[in-house]
Amino acid sequence: MSGVEQFIAGPWGGTIAIAAMTVATFLCRIAGALVMTRVTITPRIERGLRALPGSIILATILPILIDKGPTAFIGIAATIIVMAFTRKELAGLAAGLGTLTILRALGF
Amino acid sequence: MSADIVDGKGADRQKAVMSAPSRSHFTLAGCRLGAKMALPVFPGYIVFAMAFGTAASQKGLPLTQAMGLSGFVYAGASQMVSLGMWQVSWTLSTLLTLMAVTAVVNARMILLGAALQPWLAKEPLWRSAINLFLVTEATWLIGTHYHQEGGRDVGVLFGLSVLLWIVWFVATVAGYFAGALVPAPERFGLDLVMPVFFGSMLVPLWKGAKPALPWLVAGAVALLVHAFVPGYLYLILGAVSGVIAGMLIE
Repeated sequence: MSGVEQFIAGPWGGTIAIAAMTVATFLCRIAGALVMTRVTITPRIERGLRALPGSIILATILPILIDKGPTAFIGIAATIIVMAFTRKELAGLAAGLGTLTILRALGF
Repeated sequence: MSADIVDGKGADRQKAVMSAPSRSHFTLAGCRLGAKMALPVFPGYIVFAMAFGTAASQKGLPLTQAMGLSGFVYAGASQMVSLGMWQVSWTLSTLLTLMAVTAVVNARMILLGAALQPWLAKEPLWRSAINLFLVTEATWLIGTHYHQEGGRDVGVLFGLSVLLWIVWFVATVAGYFAGALVPAPERFGLDLVMPVFFGSMLVPLWKGAKPALPWLVAGAVALLVHAFVPGYLYLILGAVSGVIAGMLIE
């Protein structure tokens, strides 16, 4: 066991982490096609999975925003507003990072 | 038939669709057509991959790891989320957590694979494995649109998927160098590239207040768990609560 732990902690750790993510992701990618031949995906399960992307985003960014404070909130708000009007990721990203640049230049 | 959202002209595709027999097949012409159909999503891909590359270099990952993530994992949201959990020295528990979070984040791909299954059913296993390895929301959307119009050439899916994977990989490297070249990255908010980009992703996902209710549940649960439990359990519990809320809300 300690041999395994040592190997993971060593220089190959990052590679193993990428391999672990690759396996997990590939299983997700093929699971639907494999399972389809046996079971049907019910509307309820589909609804749940459809809620997943937005759920991940909020679960990921809310704790970060709370940690980083109001400046981060304003930056994200600017991104969302510009994105809602232009529908261009680049414009949204530029608005968010631009707002953060200005706020930080002002010392916030 | 729905409006042609993938490209304006679509004359080539129309021809390919009409001449296509009703059974699934695979042609090189289809690959070329698929590559052409991928063009409209280039900008979104390039921006996302560059944002990831920049965030990866901010986080201090070596270029090889950023390339490995984009080349092998090839799932933007999970790549971004993983950066927040990335370690210099890994342990078995951080590794297993990373794997669990990745599986949860990418569980939505189960739907994509399930929807593609009828089209890919008669394909040789190795080609289906490659096609599914390269599945993303964008390739699924373009491919499904083509399939719904009566197209059955799996080469189309293959061609567009391979091209977009290359774009993703190259843009990651470009973003990595762009991020590494900027002095004092916090001055430009680059430490917040990931949350800012995720924020922008909420906009196209928005389909009204009711479908967004599970997101709120997910966010609230994540905040709560984050406040009381160290580590990254908040990500898993938050996302899973969102899924459960989505299943419960009619």
